[in-house]
Amino acid sequence: MSRVLVGVKRVIDYAVKIRVKPDHSGVVTDGVKHSMNPFCEIAVEEAVKLKEKKLIKEVVAVSCGPTQVTETIRTALAMGCDRGIHVEVSGKDYEAMGPLQISKIFAALAKKEEASLIILGKQAIDDDCNQTGQMTAALLDWPQGTFASEVTIDGEKVKVVREIDGGLETIKISMPAVLTADLRLNTPRYATLPNIMKAKKKKIANMKPADLGVDMVSRVEVLRVDEPPTRLAGVKVETVDDLVAKLRANGTI
Amino acid sequence: MAAVGTFSRVVRLSSCFGRRCRLISNSAQRRGIASCIDPAHGLSDEQKEFQKMAFDFAANEMSPHMAEWDEKEIFPVETMRKAAQLGFGGIYVQPEVGGSGLSRLDTSVIFEALSTGCVSTTAYLSIHNMCNWMIDTFGNTEQREKYCPELCMMDKFASYCLTEPGSGSDAASLLTTAKLEGDHYVLNGSKAFISGGGDTDVYIVMCRTGGKGPKGISCVVVEKDTPGLSFGKKEKKMGWNSQPTRAVILEDCRVPVTSRLGQEGQGFNIAMRGLNGGRINIASCSLGAAHACVQLARDHLLVRKQFGETLSSNQFLQFKLAEMATKLVASRLLVREAALALQEGRSDAVSLCSMAKLFVTDECFNICNQALQMHGGYGYLKDYAVQQFVRDIRVHQILEGTNEVMRMIIARSLLSESG
Repeated sequence: MSRVLVGVKRVIDYAVKIRVKPDHSGVVTDGVKHSMNPFCEIAVEEAVKLKEKKLIKEVVAVSCGPTQVTETIRTALAMGCDRGIHVEVSGKDYEAMGPLQISKIFAALAKKEEASLIILGKQAIDDDCNQTGQMTAALLDWPQGTFASEVTIDGEKVKVVREIDGGLETIKISMPAVLTADLRLNTPRYATLPNIMKAKKKKIANMKPADLGVDMVSRVEVLRVDEPPTRLAGVKVETVDDLVAKLRANGTI
Repeated sequence: MAAVGTFSRVVRLSSCFGRRCRLISNSAQRRGIASCIDPAHGLSDEQKEFQKMAFDFAANEMSPHMAEWDEKEIFPVETMRKAAQLGFGGIYVQPEVGGSGLSRLDTSVIFEALSTGCVSTTAYLSIHNMCNWMIDTFGNTEQREKYCPELCMMDKFASYCLTEPGSGSDAASLLTTAKLEGDHYVLNGSKAFISGGGDTDVYIVMCRTGGKGPKGISCVVVEKDTPGLSFGKKEKKMGWNSQPTRAVILEDCRVPVTSRLGQEGQGFNIAMRGLNGGRINIASCSLGAAHACVQLARDHLLVRKQFGETLSSNQFLQFKLAEMATKLVASRLLVREAALALQEGRSDAVSLCSMAKLFVTDECFNICNQALQMHGGYGYLKDYAVQQFVRDIRVHQILEGTNEVMRMIIARSLLSESG
């Protein structure tokens, strides 16, 4: 019986209209509604389901960031995780934080907690990196089952059906392993009122990246953030020849 | 009327993730985005969790269906049972009989959030909760164990029967009699405007066991299919169409004395105690509708253009929106304060509940009505949710004690105070 680490990221709520800061250094986050990354919700749901099937013993929800991320950990606890770990990162470190730093943290935690599975969302809806799962597996030298739309545990192995461009691919990997959740893996449950109340009593441990021996220095520097260009009106043409001429004129062909 | 296409419905097919593909159209509930009216302000972390969950449930399970439930007059039993599985069947009922054991403030927050998905269904949920609480609070062990667990899971549904054709505001003058015959009461009379009537299983009936006035009234639980219990026709209403409303008719309806809640003569008191909480809940439903309408109006103003600019550039509309937001926040504060007063057993609780019901149902109706006006002609179409919010919350100014009766209660409290 084993322990699963689930990563949950606090992101700007999907329904919010994103605005770029006037200095183009990033997007406005102050006073903006945040919630758990939808793919992380799916990851939590999968972990909790595995626990309910008694295939794993304990689910630990992990989040990296300032104090506010504890709200996201609490939501994960209310969905059924057993305990949480809050890795404190704030200020400039938090702004520069990316998949590489997170995967180093997860790799260190996986060893510390003796986890057999790490389940993450396939990507976050704010940066759309789709890298953390893969990097974590590489750092640990563990197999990875990414874009999972179906997960079955079979003894010491995991059968993963992956959504790929050509269709569905089924692989069998040994544990310990890293999985990343895709959209159709499951439908996340609503936390029930009793579970929300029980979550209050569950523990969230606090630590810093330095405690795990992780350096948070970023190798990536964000130069500028802009909105996508506003959509221009189209042009109507009368004949196919006109169309070809126009496409040639603007360099498309 | 200009083609609806020119005024683009704000359809944002945000990339297909999350619970299901969520088309954020003009009819859907918004997720608390404008920060000055954010209903999460001032709440504890735990309350924010309840609220978030209730908002999610409302957005996913209720909002997409609210128009259909209204048009086809569907009583959404399955959706309410799903809500019950999350703990919404007995929110302030004690856990030992299956309830969630939460406070009045928690309850208000939850109903406010659910109401953004469908006012009518949430209002019925609140009535069901009120009945459940009455049995939990005034029932003996047998009664609590018999009814509350099933009501909490919504395996059974409840109705509150006080009003009669001849006694609305003057509730204490009710005429339904309950004559003691051996170990049974024989009930005769009729109740009017009963929410859920005919489709629910458990009827909390206020009836006269003694003399005239409130002291002669007792509270009796009548189960569906009891011989002598029948129903009138389903009423056709302006709103609240996702719950059936019928007259409840009692003709020599025999119920065991063991079905009486509390003592003989205590019935009116039980009914009024139930209504104190019920008033907060109804006011909370109005709040949710107003919150949804302010967001809808805001979004419309940002999109609709006339005279070469968006309506949001028009100062009159900006000011109107600001007034709506201010009244919304003021209403919310009053309801939450009333909820706190009730759960703490403060001496001003009854007056505050009445004040909250009076102020909030009136103000929120005005907010929704104003939001409809801001939509122009589109506001009148059933394609747009704003008209349903207006129709649904209109009745909140009437039931659970008309706003005129609320004034009576408050005036009495003011004028009878000594010193």
